[in-house]
Amino acid sequence: MDARELYQDIILDHGRHPRNFRELPQATNLAHGHNPLCGDRVTVYLELDGDRIKDLSFDGRGCAISTASASLMTEVLKGKTLAEADALFKGFHAEVTGKAVPRLPDALAEDMERLAPLEGVRAYPTRVKCATLAWHAFEAALKNGAAGTVATVKTE
Amino acid sequence: MTHAPKFSPLPNNPPPFAGAPKIRGAKLGLDPRAVKRDFPIFEHNPGLVFLDSAASAQKPAAVIDHVAEFYRSDYANVHRGVYRLSARSSDRYEGARETVRKFLNAASADEIVFVRGATEGINLVAYSWGMAFLQPGDEVLITELEHHANIVPWQLIRERTGLKLIVAPIDASGGIDLAAFEARLSRRTKLVAVTHLANATGAILPVETMARLAHEHGAKILVDGCQAAPRLPVDVRALDCDFYVFSGHKIYGPTGIGVLYAKGEILEAMPPWQGGGDMIEQVTFEKTTFQHPPHRFEAGTPDISGAIGLAFALDYIEALGRGAIFAHEEELTGYGVDTLSRLPGIRLVPAGQRRLGILSIDVPGIHPHDLATVLDQHHVAVRAGHHCAQPLMDKLGLAGTTRASLGIYNDERDIDSLAAALAAAQKLFT
Ligand SMILES: Cc1ncc(COP(=O)(O)O)c(C=O)c1O
Repeated sequence: MDARELYQDIILDHGRHPRNFRELPQATNLAHGHNPLCGDRVTVYLELDGDRIKDLSFDGRGCAISTASASLMTEVLKGKTLAEADALFKGFHAEVTGKAVPRLPDALAEDMERLAPLEGVRAYPTRVKCATLAWHAFEAALKNGAAGTVATVKTE
Repeated sequence: MTHAPKFSPLPNNPPPFAGAPKIRGAKLGLDPRAVKRDFPIFEHNPGLVFLDSAASAQKPAAVIDHVAEFYRSDYANVHRGVYRLSARSSDRYEGARETVRKFLNAASADEIVFVRGATEGINLVAYSWGMAFLQPGDEVLITELEHHANIVPWQLIRERTGLKLIVAPIDASGGIDLAAFEARLSRRTKLVAVTHLANATGAILPVETMARLAHEHGAKILVDGCQAAPRLPVDVRALDCDFYVFSGHKIYGPTGIGVLYAKGEILEAMPPWQGGGDMIEQVTFEKTTFQHPPHRFEAGTPDISGAIGLAFALDYIEALGRGAIFAHEEELTGYGVDTLSRLPGIRLVPAGQRRLGILSIDVPGIHPHDLATVLDQHHVAVRAGHHCAQPLMDKLGLAGTTRASLGIYNDERDIDSLAAALAAAQKLFT
């Protein structure tokens, strides 16, 4: 496999210029993700409005894959309901780990399409953790509930 | 393949048998291209540019085949059977200990304890010697260049002993600041525990001087020789160190075996660490008396084939010549420094005045894991990350580095491949 198949332009772009890369002062939920293997850290901030994700953002330091994955995640999850976000996480996780992808509602097809450039990590088992780090932090942030609670998530 | 005669000589004198390659380059200076042909991994992975020997070195056919041959012809448990086969196996196991003794120039084979690796060796010293002899307020002095294996064991016994862990800093050049090191020595210092060659940067430490300074203050010194033993001639008596540890798998030997050297009188005074078979003199339910070293510290069935494989690896590199290996590593390190220094946008992590065998690379703007993935696309195998030296990375202000490390099978072409792959990665990411 060629490096360009993993590092597609969209990944390089989001890696260099991550979207929603900031702290969210009004966050209702947040969690820290940590990959002890490489020392990468990400903090995911959520602003929930009922069961809808009104806003989300992230900051931290990481490789191009983890940064791009976090950035794309914030783009697709903004405005989603928690049920939709959960379905997207399950679908994305299955895609990058090479498992059977669950059937997703048609309304989410376009979002899955947006995450597709990350599928290249499937060929790099050691890099799957990079792609899922922010998503695990997102999940932890949901569980954490009240603002300010902090959990270090492990990966895979 | 034909096999060795049934009664093989001891492993410090490897039996010649078909399938084991002749050792090339001996005494003539080292020819890495010929050495490479001794390592089957390169036959099975054509085009592999292996620059990760510091994590674990590849194995010569001499080790792989001789270990198989040992299992075929001489294997039985050691120190237990009265039958001749067991005696032969024991002889070969103890012969391996003698090979290690010679390799380190220890005074006696009783000073050589087989362990799982450097990590276990350091833990053994911490839990046996440290727990027995360290009092609250006693100090253990390490450096900023240490591998986690020489940090965490001291932290683990800190709560139980009350020891204080003191850290000697590096200077601006990345080498150990010897004045600062000396300033941290005092009557409270009971142990100095330092790496001989820093695995994250390649800095060589002046351990002979550090041993003298430690002894002047009444402290003992443990040297972590994981990266030095495969690259430098090591003489524990000339260094006058009290403990020396290294791992078999980094010195072209098997995994699961390593060595703790300790001065005889120190080992003799140390309590057992683990209990079980082989380490006892007499056992009743009331009381057990223990064997003398080294067996006191080798509870249970040891890694017999590992020890024998390690001895073959040591024989292999002795035959190449340890002076020749050192010269080769120095020359190739110099070539690597020159080549990489000419590449724009690439920074070598400083390693003091003396760097050997390890080139730690920082490319600002490219994460080490991204860099290593692209290098892998070019068949260049390197390590990326913190190299189990997180405190050092924090000090250097780096999340991690991309580390190329050299072995006896590497040559200039490997460095050139690395340089080309680095340039390709830069092109991709910038
Ligand atoms: C300097 C140093 N010390 C200790 C270790 C630990 O060695 P092992 O994992 O073989 O026990 C290593 C290997 O990573 C090392 O490079």
